Amino acid sequence: MSIDTIEPDTVERIASLPIDQIDVSRPSLFQKDTIGLFFNRLRNEDPVHYCRESNVGPFWSVTKFDDIMAVDTNHKIFSSEAKLGGIAIQDMHSVEGALELEMFIAMDPPKHDQQRKAVTSAVAPSNLQLLEPTIRERACQILDDLPVGEDIDWVDKVSIELTTMTLATLFDFPWEERRKLTRWSDITTAAPETGIVESYEARRQELIECAMYFKGLWDQRINEEPKNDLISIMAHSPATRDMPFLEFLGNLLLLIVGGNDTTRNSISGGVLALNQNPDEYRKLNGDPSLIASMVPEIIRWQTPLTHMRRTALQDWDIGGKQIRKGDKVVMWYLSGNRDDTVIDRADQFIIDRKNPRHHLSFGYGIHRCMGNRLAELQLRIIWEEIHKRFAKVEVTGEPERLFSNFVRGITKLPVRLHAR
Amino acid sequence: MVKVTFVSNNGTRREVHVAEGETAREAALFNDVPGIDGDCGGACACATCHVHVDQAWIDKVGRLEEGGAEAELLQFAEGANEYSRLACQIPIKPTLEGLVLHVPEQQY
Repeated sequence: MSIDTIEPDTVERIASLPIDQIDVSRPSLFQKDTIGLFFNRLRNEDPVHYCRESNVGPFWSVTKFDDIMAVDTNHKIFSSEAKLGGIAIQDMHSVEGALELEMFIAMDPPKHDQQRKAVTSAVAPSNLQLLEPTIRERACQILDDLPVGEDIDWVDKVSIELTTMTLATLFDFPWEERRKLTRWSDITTAAPETGIVESYEARRQELIECAMYFKGLWDQRINEEPKNDLISIMAHSPATRDMPFLEFLGNLLLLIVGGNDTTRNSISGGVLALNQNPDEYRKLNGDPSLIASMVPEIIRWQTPLTHMRRTALQDWDIGGKQIRKGDKVVMWYLSGNRDDTVIDRADQFIIDRKNPRHHLSFGYGIHRCMGNRLAELQLRIIWEEIHKRFAKVEVTGEPERLFSNFVRGITKLPVRLHAR
Repeated sequence: MVKVTFVSNNGTRREVHVAEGETAREAALFNDVPGIDGDCGGACACATCHVHVDQAWIDKVGRLEEGGAEAELLQFAEGANEYSRLACQIPIKPTLEGLVLHVPEQQY
């Protein structure tokens, strides 16, 4: 998010908007990447901000690091429950024709805890160590197949390919059909205005196909000895094996989405950030051991999920503002990750910063991202292998961004590779 | 100063000296003890400073409070057991002179 690339009159216009007219739910602000200017204003002038009218109804924006942390760790007051609206600014279940999925990310304890515990072992560090050689082998293959010196789309050729392969590995998914996973992930978070699906009804049809496909895999795994893949774990674990079908589907999709466009967009976002900050790229080329701290910095910088949403179960104070029972409260991780009262030079991409993991991208508290180490593992591997092969991944054109207020996505990133 | 020993997963022992009032997480981070991440900054919000308190010390340190925020987070941590605590929730005091903490293989 660089102010230099935004038209001066746009900067001026945003600076002169009355604060109560600011509506950060508009997906176009994220697509144009002007959203940072709005968050700068909210953090400075009205850090816990009420938006009375918007396409998603009235909502509170929590924009500072410490306030976000306070909400995120207070799940007894701030609920994730789907029936109250769930975890995104757009209410779940509010849209006609949408499929009512149930996922543990949108549940409160105790049900959340049981279901999360059941699947968490698949992405636990000990299991990841077993996966690392496979992920590396696949990353090498992806990079070795890329043409040097030609214009290619990094998103399609690398970011999507690597995360999809990793997911297929985690689910032990039929290899040749793995791009189905990408498609299902994309449609799970898509609203019709993104252009990804035509309508909620069309989305529903595709999700039912997805459900039938996974039902087939489930039936197959449940009749086999338990294995280490996620479907087998869910089919055999007492906490998940008798799940109602929509819950099974919801939790599977949660794992797919959680492991897919988040990591995908961080892989793309890292390339973009290094190109926008050539001094940092030089630092990296001079000392590849900096990949260890660069990876969490990329995840902070990209903030692949812009927010999580909660619903207040009772009246509560956040940063001096009175929240009412039933209010929609949005924790803007993208804003908290630029809060320079907590993060030193938060508006700069610095690959060797101290405490690089002190960011909000994974959330905090009981809903903290359970795939965080897997995300870091994939990013570390891809950058280690990029470094061995290419002196530079040069961005050669304007990136295209996703029309979404939830997924901070890069849909196209033209690059040219320079051999080492 | 209070002496605290961190024992890594491979058995390596690291002795550090901690000022009273600091937490065991800070003791590890300030002295570059490997294996303690502490992503959230010591707010009992991420469970990446998980340690196993040595059996001989668990009663002096205190066990997990059932149903508390720390227990809620540790239930998802790999290898958590009855000796598990978050280092950020262990304030160092003179009665803990000689405390021994075991660092798990990886934080999560």
